[in-house]
Amino acid sequence: MSKRKYGLALSLVLAAGTLLGACGTDKDKDKDSSSSKGGNESDFSVAMVTDVGGIDDKSFNQSAWEGIKKFGEDNKLSEGDGGYAYLQSKGEADYIPNLNALVRRDFNLVFGVGFMMEDAIGTIAGQQEDKLFAIIDGEVDQPNVANILFKEQEGAFLAGVAAALMTESDKIGFVGGVDIPVIERFEAGFVAGVAAVNPDIKVDVKYTGAFDKAELGKAEAGRMYSSGVDIIFHAAGGTGNGVFSEAKERKQADKNANVWVIGVDSDQYDEGQVGDDNITLTSMLKRVDNAVQDISKLAQEGKFPGGETKVYGLHDDGVALADSRGAIPEDVMKQIDEYAKQIADGEIEVPEFR
Amino acid sequence: MSNRVVNLLVPIISIILGLLVGAIVMLFSGYDPVSGYIALWNGIFGDSYAIGETIRQISPYILAGLAVAFAFRSGLFNIGVEGQLMVGWFTAVYVGAAFELPMIIHLPITLLAAALAGALWGLVPGILKATLKVHEVIVTIMMNYVALHVVNALIKTVSGGSYKTDKIQPTASLRSDFLSNLTDYSTLHYGIFVALAMVAVMWFLLEKTKTGFELKAVGFNENASQYAGMNVKKNIILSMVISGAFAGLAGAMEGLGTFGSMTTQGGFTGIGFDGIAVALLGANTPLGVIFGASLFGSLKYGANNMPNAANIPLEIVSIVVALIIFFVASGYIIRVGLQRLNKKKEAK
Repeated sequence: MSKRKYGLALSLVLAAGTLLGACGTDKDKDKDSSSSKGGNESDFSVAMVTDVGGIDDKSFNQSAWEGIKKFGEDNKLSEGDGGYAYLQSKGEADYIPNLNALVRRDFNLVFGVGFMMEDAIGTIAGQQEDKLFAIIDGEVDQPNVANILFKEQEGAFLAGVAAALMTESDKIGFVGGVDIPVIERFEAGFVAGVAAVNPDIKVDVKYTGAFDKAELGKAEAGRMYSSGVDIIFHAAGGTGNGVFSEAKERKQADKNANVWVIGVDSDQYDEGQVGDDNITLTSMLKRVDNAVQDISKLAQEGKFPGGETKVYGLHDDGVALADSRGAIPEDVMKQIDEYAKQIADGEIEVPEFR
Repeated sequence: MSNRVVNLLVPIISIILGLLVGAIVMLFSGYDPVSGYIALWNGIFGDSYAIGETIRQISPYILAGLAVAFAFRSGLFNIGVEGQLMVGWFTAVYVGAAFELPMIIHLPITLLAAALAGALWGLVPGILKATLKVHEVIVTIMMNYVALHVVNALIKTVSGGSYKTDKIQPTASLRSDFLSNLTDYSTLHYGIFVALAMVAVMWFLLEKTKTGFELKAVGFNENASQYAGMNVKKNIILSMVISGAFAGLAGAMEGLGTFGSMTTQGGFTGIGFDGIAVALLGANTPLGVIFGASLFGSLKYGANNMPNAANIPLEIVSIVVALIIFFVASGYIIRVGLQRLNKKKEAK
């Protein structure tokens, strides 16, 4: 027995030795390659940390990532160190480690996507004073942080006008993600837009409390459609995908079902395709991609707006309505355009708060 | 092969098997498993920052694991750790923000409050189980939902309609500049010492006190304990209360250490549920829980580096991590396999 024991112990040691040895050499190699890469690269590199939605949320994070990719392509950067990259957060606890990871990889400018990242950006920017950061939808008072805000209420107002002009049941729904100031701007603008057309229309406002729970969005949309709502505007990121799937299921079951969804952030037309029909009325675009490119370019040229807040609104194409591809008839479109003009000219002041 | 060798071999083989199957998954999805595992390794031990963050991640897992393990030892299945943790988190943040006291009083009171809140959340299923024989699994699961939505509502009320509570006073914070600087600005905080202290507390309670003996006896056999003159009802309630207190402290780790505040939660944090696995991996012993929590915490945190350094998508990473844990948890199969092998050899 004891012989066997020794044999086993020996083979164990051997196995451990090879394993650890392998680790050691690989690690060294890794280090070498990364340092040589860092030395040659002189281009301006950008990266972003997503909120819990991820870069395929068909919405806000995706839009930001498209902006980063576009900037990368325009400058002939490649994805990875010294080019452009993203990291996804699974939860709040990941914000700081993810931001730190990107800073450590020496990206020149790191974007935090989303209001929820305010604290994390504030902390990291305080520690890494020689690095540049930008936060979307949030405000951090640090000289090395650029703040990007949108006048969501202006775009949402137009979405509200469109919904009010198109509804047949005079019942409209709003599905929000987490009840935070950003989403409140969507809600306030949307409700004001509806009221501007017809103050008697009831808007059913509901918050699901999450940006990444499609099942909650689906349940909420199901309840709304069953209660007679025919158009739902969602401002809920990934949760809003559930609103689309509920509407599509209803359309599939009954081709004449009068259900519509107004998408958010990106043009969500593709989300609404059901066979030959499409249940996307329009989408309220929030051009996070443009803003991301704008700030990246400024930073590249050495004109980084650190410590400043840039607000993108209707008049500088920060927000807009997407092409409805015929879902909204010409004459209605004209009315919406009129409202748009009045907002851009400052004749209509859209409320920011509910 | 002696028992000792088998005991040593089982975890090693299971981890290797887990890594192997994980590698196959990565290979088939078109990613490089070697660079993936190097990224994982560096994500856990790569530099002082990674080590700091890993330890930070381990602290709540230890406490959540203790909570589950403690209830297990007296024959109770506490699935409510998640809810007790949330209640503890909120209470810690509330007490930490609302009062202004010197640190030496404030911090202990805040921790105590969090433990009490968790204990209270454990008390309800404890009483229902002891007096009405309502199964604790059902009650604790339901209490999780109650906790989630009550806490969300409370956050809103306390903060005056916002989605987030105030930051805690520095006097209630577990954050430490010393530990943070030591680990290159990681969010490492003193919570790990609280967690380790609680491991000692659980060990002492279970192994060295009469109460602990009774709790374990009830876990082995309720009827025998009753016959021996123990108060079974009291022990069931006590077990749930202590378990809840551990869970509440796990919440305090998040509230006083990692975040310093609490935001409305869209769903469960997952720490409480992972605590079940941590406890089972650790065979429900205090020391085993440290091992289970270290494995869980390291994998959970280190895995974040796989998308970062090796470009492997988060979804694949989650599968790989789950596989490793799965194989570690199924150590029993490997043990049986080893024994069979052994018998065959002896027969020859």
